[in-house]
Amino acid sequence: MAREPQAEPAPAGAGAGDELPPAPRGVSAEGAGPWRLAYRRLLRNRVALAFLALFVLIVAFVLAAPLWSRYVAHTGPNTTHTLETIAVNGKKREVVAPSGVPIGPVWFGAGGKFFLGADGGLGRDEMVRLMYGGRTSLLIGFAAAAITTIFAILLGLLSGYYRGWVDAVIARMLDVIWAFPVLLLGIALGTALAVGGLKIGPIEISGSSLWIPILIIGFVYVPYMARPIRGEILALREKEFVEAAVAQGAGPLRIMFAELLPNLASTIIVFFTINVANSMLLEAALSFLGAGVQPPNSSWGTMISGGISIIYTSPLLTIIPGLMITLTVLSVNVFGDGLRDALDPRSKVRLEARLGQAEAEGTAI
Amino acid sequence: MARFVVRRLVGMVLVLFVISVIVFLIFNVIPNSDPAQRIAGKNATPQLVANITKEWGFDKSLPEQYLTMMKKIFSGELISYNSRLNVDEQIVKGIPATFSLCIGAAVLWMFFGILFGYLSAVKAGRFTDRALTVLAVAGISTPVFFIAAVFLYLFTFKIELFPASSYVPFTEDPVAWANHLILPWISLAILTAGFYSRVLRSNMLDAMNEDYVRTARAKGLSERRVMSRHVMRNSLIPIVTLFGLDFAAVVGGGAILTESIFSLEGVGLYAAEAIGNLDLPPIMAVTLFGAFFVVVFNALVDIAYAWLDPRIRLGTPAQ
Repeated sequence: MAREPQAEPAPAGAGAGDELPPAPRGVSAEGAGPWRLAYRRLLRNRVALAFLALFVLIVAFVLAAPLWSRYVAHTGPNTTHTLETIAVNGKKREVVAPSGVPIGPVWFGAGGKFFLGADGGLGRDEMVRLMYGGRTSLLIGFAAAAITTIFAILLGLLSGYYRGWVDAVIARMLDVIWAFPVLLLGIALGTALAVGGLKIGPIEISGSSLWIPILIIGFVYVPYMARPIRGEILALREKEFVEAAVAQGAGPLRIMFAELLPNLASTIIVFFTINVANSMLLEAALSFLGAGVQPPNSSWGTMISGGISIIYTSPLLTIIPGLMITLTVLSVNVFGDGLRDALDPRSKVRLEARLGQAEAEGTAI
Repeated sequence: MARFVVRRLVGMVLVLFVISVIVFLIFNVIPNSDPAQRIAGKNATPQLVANITKEWGFDKSLPEQYLTMMKKIFSGELISYNSRLNVDEQIVKGIPATFSLCIGAAVLWMFFGILFGYLSAVKAGRFTDRALTVLAVAGISTPVFFIAAVFLYLFTFKIELFPASSYVPFTEDPVAWANHLILPWISLAILTAGFYSRVLRSNMLDAMNEDYVRTARAKGLSERRVMSRHVMRNSLIPIVTLFGLDFAAVVGGGAILTESIFSLEGVGLYAAEAIGNLDLPPIMAVTLFGAFFVVVFNALVDIAYAWLDPRIRLGTPAQ
């Protein structure tokens, strides 16, 4: 059983005393520092690069949303066209048939309008919605992953550096949150906050704000990242270079951020990709259930949720956003795995740790 | 052993208490609006909100509010103000369907996870391994509800292989029970099966480099026996640990998505409907019971483990 996370030090500059891993750019070719080596290994991994390219394409696709909306589709993601007709290859067709069935993909038949057809009852342009919805999904994926990462690093550093009761308190807190199934915790927070929003001191967030799902998703994954980071810090804390720093009179902040943190760089980078993939999946699940993104915003998850109700007449409305989520998460997962291989070829934590469960402890009080 | 059990159970009770406090905080303290208003649901009259404020004691101190909420949930007098139905009764009603779904899916994901993981490890680097890797990674990256929706469309509508689902009790008609559950079982099992096959593969590849495996080969055991008796056995330990966690997590919440797509009348569908209406009392109860189930189940798994493996009960981490 993987009880404590690998006590294996990160490869970059491990045990190198006061010498920090050099910045990627500052390395000369002859020196071939760890970052440079990782970069070379990554370049050799064709599959990972191909999926990176796919991911870049998807990002470009969603970034082009305003352009497509303005110059090609001439409509917004929330503009309804219920009673309108459009000319498809010269023939007049209703956007939403009297039976309630929306028009299917017309490709360029109407000059780019309704490229993928219209969504259910409201007759909104599916292509425009797909692009804008993707922005929401990707934004939430990255923002939530950033929040998880920041909190996990802070908690892991505090816990691992101070040890003693600080560590005991933080570790117990993480254990309790970890005991909640992720989806359930997300649902509980999502439904509780959807009505009135959140107020933290002077900051007030309305219930329909995108910040609500971002904060929730960012929060629920914190233990999955903070626990392994804490383990690594606890191991690094015993190393001579920390002792040397203490002897030099370095304060806690300097030791935490300048001595310990750089050693975690590769772990953090890899976990970040895992977090992006997981956050996007959780966003989709929560939005699908109605506990994530709230109207008027939409995401791929809310689009599937809308599509399911008419899956028998218009299956594409479910399949298209679903494929987009799958492709995006797949590309992040495969690229992240390649990144892990490149940064730390010895490490055992790979795709298998993706769901954060490989760190599971047998006795998880 | 007795000491371990007592220690573990005390720890469990503490965690249950903290979880109940967190659930209370999530629903009644953190959100920025009148809790009575939220609990009352969409069609609340001012009169109803006033009644709830009084009944739930929202004008009293927080510890008192906490006690009122727990009393309501555990005494079975919690009602949804949207549907006017008793929440605990609805949850109990859904349990057979939820367990039918989860146990069946668990059998599938264990079987295929282990089978594919074994094949992948034995054929490491060859075509079978690569194909299985692609399958596993795709399975891990696809949202459960998307797989479920596609299955629903393909196999109950396009090709009418299976009945469009709802739950048929096992006691009523076992064949119909299974027939209605096959698609939900597969949808729910895919992600975990993919994940387990990856874990098993990497564990087995590690184990193959161990000395005891070389010894087994040196003794002249057949390759098959080395794999199944020596490599596989040790590699399965983490899978069994994961199984405890995952099964609990699926029962305690993971089944919500699958149940709502296939309209299986289980606890998950009940929760999903409540979420759609932002009807809080059922969500409170499902969250609390779900988390409780996870904690209790994990404690039992740990105790079973300690019984099997003395290293755990003596407090040294098993490797």
